[in-house]
Amino acid sequence: MPIAKVNGIEVEFEPGMTVLQVAELAGEEIPRFCYHERLSIAGNCRMCLVEVKPGPPKPQASCALPAADKQEIFTNSPMVKKAREGVMEFLLVNHPLDCPICDQGGECDLQDEAMGYGRAGSRFDENKRAVDEKFMGPLIKTTMTRCIQCTRCVRFATEVAGVSELGLLNRGEDAEISTYLEGAVTSELSGNLVDLCPVGALTSKPYAFNARPWELTKTETVDVMDGLGASIRVDARGPAVLRVLPRTNDEINEEWISDKTRHAVDGLARQRLDQPYVKIDGKLRPASWGQAFAAIAARVKATTPDRMGLIAGDLQDAESMKAAMDLFRSLGVASIDCRQDGSVLGTGPRESWLFNSTIAGIDEADAIMLIGANPRLEAPVLNARIRRRWLTGKLLTGVIGEAADLTYRYNHLGTSPEAIRQFVAHGPISKEKPMFIIGQGALNRPDSAAVLQMLGAAAKSMGVVREGWNGFNVLHTAASRVGGLDMGFVPAAGGRNTHAMLAAAEAGELDVLYLLGADEIDTSRLGKAFVIYQGTHGDAGAQAADVILPGAAYTEKPGIYVNTEGRTQIANRAVFPKGDAKEDWSIFRALSEDLGHRLPYDSLEALRRRLIQDHPTFGQVDHAPGHVSAGTFDVGAIGTAGEVADTPFRSPVTDFHLTNPIARASVTMAECARSLKAARGLLAAE
Amino acid sequence: MSVRRLSAQQPDSFAFSDETLEKARWWMTKYPPERKASAVIPILWLVQKQEGWVSEPAIRAIGELLGMPKIRVLEVATFYTMFQLEPVGSAALIQVCGTTPCMLRGSEALMELCRSEIGPKDKLSADGKFTWQEVECLGACANAPMAQINDYYYEDLTPDSLKAIIEAFRAGETPKAGSAIGRHSSEPAEGALTLTDPSLYDGSRAVPITSLPNAREPAV
Repeated sequence: MPIAKVNGIEVEFEPGMTVLQVAELAGEEIPRFCYHERLSIAGNCRMCLVEVKPGPPKPQASCALPAADKQEIFTNSPMVKKAREGVMEFLLVNHPLDCPICDQGGECDLQDEAMGYGRAGSRFDENKRAVDEKFMGPLIKTTMTRCIQCTRCVRFATEVAGVSELGLLNRGEDAEISTYLEGAVTSELSGNLVDLCPVGALTSKPYAFNARPWELTKTETVDVMDGLGASIRVDARGPAVLRVLPRTNDEINEEWISDKTRHAVDGLARQRLDQPYVKIDGKLRPASWGQAFAAIAARVKATTPDRMGLIAGDLQDAESMKAAMDLFRSLGVASIDCRQDGSVLGTGPRESWLFNSTIAGIDEADAIMLIGANPRLEAPVLNARIRRRWLTGKLLTGVIGEAADLTYRYNHLGTSPEAIRQFVAHGPISKEKPMFIIGQGALNRPDSAAVLQMLGAAAKSMGVVREGWNGFNVLHTAASRVGGLDMGFVPAAGGRNTHAMLAAAEAGELDVLYLLGADEIDTSRLGKAFVIYQGTHGDAGAQAADVILPGAAYTEKPGIYVNTEGRTQIANRAVFPKGDAKEDWSIFRALSEDLGHRLPYDSLEALRRRLIQDHPTFGQVDHAPGHVSAGTFDVGAIGTAGEVADTPFRSPVTDFHLTNPIARASVTMAECARSLKAARGLLAAE
Repeated sequence: MSVRRLSAQQPDSFAFSDETLEKARWWMTKYPPERKASAVIPILWLVQKQEGWVSEPAIRAIGELLGMPKIRVLEVATFYTMFQLEPVGSAALIQVCGTTPCMLRGSEALMELCRSEIGPKDKLSADGKFTWQEVECLGACANAPMAQINDYYYEDLTPDSLKAIIEAFRAGETPKAGSAIGRHSSEPAEGALTLTDPSLYDGSRAVPITSLPNAREPAV
């Protein structure tokens, strides 16, 4: 490997690295505004100047300069310092001195670098330029006078988000960033523009003037808005969650998160259930925990286990599901289900419901077939990864399902299960790392067991699963789903699944239905069943309930979530539950006493120990099994044979911004949905 | 130069004329199909030739023709100041050079005349026939002051001669381009000072040649 000297210290580096990267290898920090590791190199801010020998005797932009063997790099010479000070002075010529009223203050790259390279005073006596504000949608607030034209936002929108909507208009001193005719940015990843902006030109609109970074308590935790379990940091002040930022995690979300992850948190302060309610004379009335438990116990004791049911929702932590499952199992209830959308997964080997290639595996894939999935809406960050792989030209993409705009081109092979049939006896394909990505749209149909069988047969025939590579992937949309399936939160023998429970309730065959955060079911079918809703928001489930037990949202409790890859992740508590609300597992622990079946754990630790003991996969924290078991996974044996209807696949996510109770309570998400609808309407009108 | 924005008044639609489209396709064939976006500048020119200016519907149409995002077309159109983003005069677009040689030779008086005859700079005149702009050096400094009117250079202007030219355009004529004082090309204003001998040009000084220079010596 070539060797370069950075400030006299020799460093080995890989060919193709830039001088900036080599300097970082040596531990030297290079100031930069336009350079970003995950974007193309623009080289236009000039802040990263270094001195390089051999070479012309002038400072050079290290971000765009390839490093060479035997090169000598100086990052702290007087010439470099003077050059950077000059660049900084020019940047500040047109940058307003409004840090005290700027939301970026305290976490601003320009502010930070100005501490090192700025002058005490200004030599600029002329007028500063002023730039008109631009509209960029409900999430991005602009103060374009602060813009230093690094074009990170333009590059992110074009390269990562795949929506070429931002551009640098005009030239020279008049250059300004804008969307076309100031339309809203239509990407599901638009919130990341705010993170990328090194100055305060693009700031978060919902968070505007809310807090200073140093006032916030920062909690590193895990996202639950989709099945990826992106790494996030929750910033809270007192009891209020003010914002969510991404954490870098190359295995899952790199450093992006979707707009829902980032901006749905204002829903955590609205529509909250903060005390138990009991329905008396047809009206929900505030009650104490004791009254609520007594009401439940009376109904439970008055019925038989076969006339009871439990459905878990999409945002549940594994502990609460484990406690609920243990309690209902001890009552003898067979009808429990964590698949409120009616998905058929949950029987057979664990691999049949995981994203086995792992999310990072997309970077190696050479063919991807999306079946009944719209990853742009179901997992935008994953979609960005597929797009990046596609941009390299090494990825063949095919879609069976809706022909949606996925930000990359694909071969549309059909919309219904019929299109899969041609692959059942296809024979091995010449690709080395092919992937099936199966969305919930293919798995929540009445005929999905047969569809799954067909997909398994196709995967087997095409050689999607082989030693060292498991290309069979299920893309989940619910954060709780894999955890639920892993612990067997599915109907026991003779039990009813979600559909059957609703049908039974409608027919009067179900007396007690316990909804654990389940809101995405058809509550009009609950009939005369006594409905207990345990959850966080006054959404569909709570409105249909006879007893409401207030639980804790994902930011308010420590919890285990298993993402779509089967990666067990531990979320932390950022704030405390609202009002009288309790952590969900403890509600079941308390209720179990009233029901006479005391759960055998008194603390979260004991519950976790039990969970891991019963289901060892929960003990493998932050580990995605990936292809390890590819050799023993018989993909051809999954699903059950049967008739397949020729109806098109439909993604379960139609309104990206409104998929769960937190997002539906969020004003920001409602605004986004409205704005997107308006933009789509305009497009349709064109 | 100032911030250039799309005109507030935009037509409802834009359609390429057959001739423009034919020329546009000719330009597009010069590049590989996946790089046809390279033809954006010539096609913006063609559109401006067709319409007189570049409208927002035209930018969208170019984006569709070249398979590129419309924001990229807008970036190019706003970058180059020769693309007119506002409607221009139907009779003439007068671009008066204001750079140093022209300024020393009286371009400021020309601009004053434009102001009084046509109206404020960069704005369509009240009758819709004229727009005048101040532009940077057009490379005809020897014939300063000058202005480019539509596609031609009008040189050696004075306020009087420019006024006559404007009147002619207003009357629907196209006055003769070139020097307003009748000077040939960029010769000295008082006529040529060198190479004036008529015999240089009548062929009388031509000497019959017996052998071609550098020809091979005839073999002896």
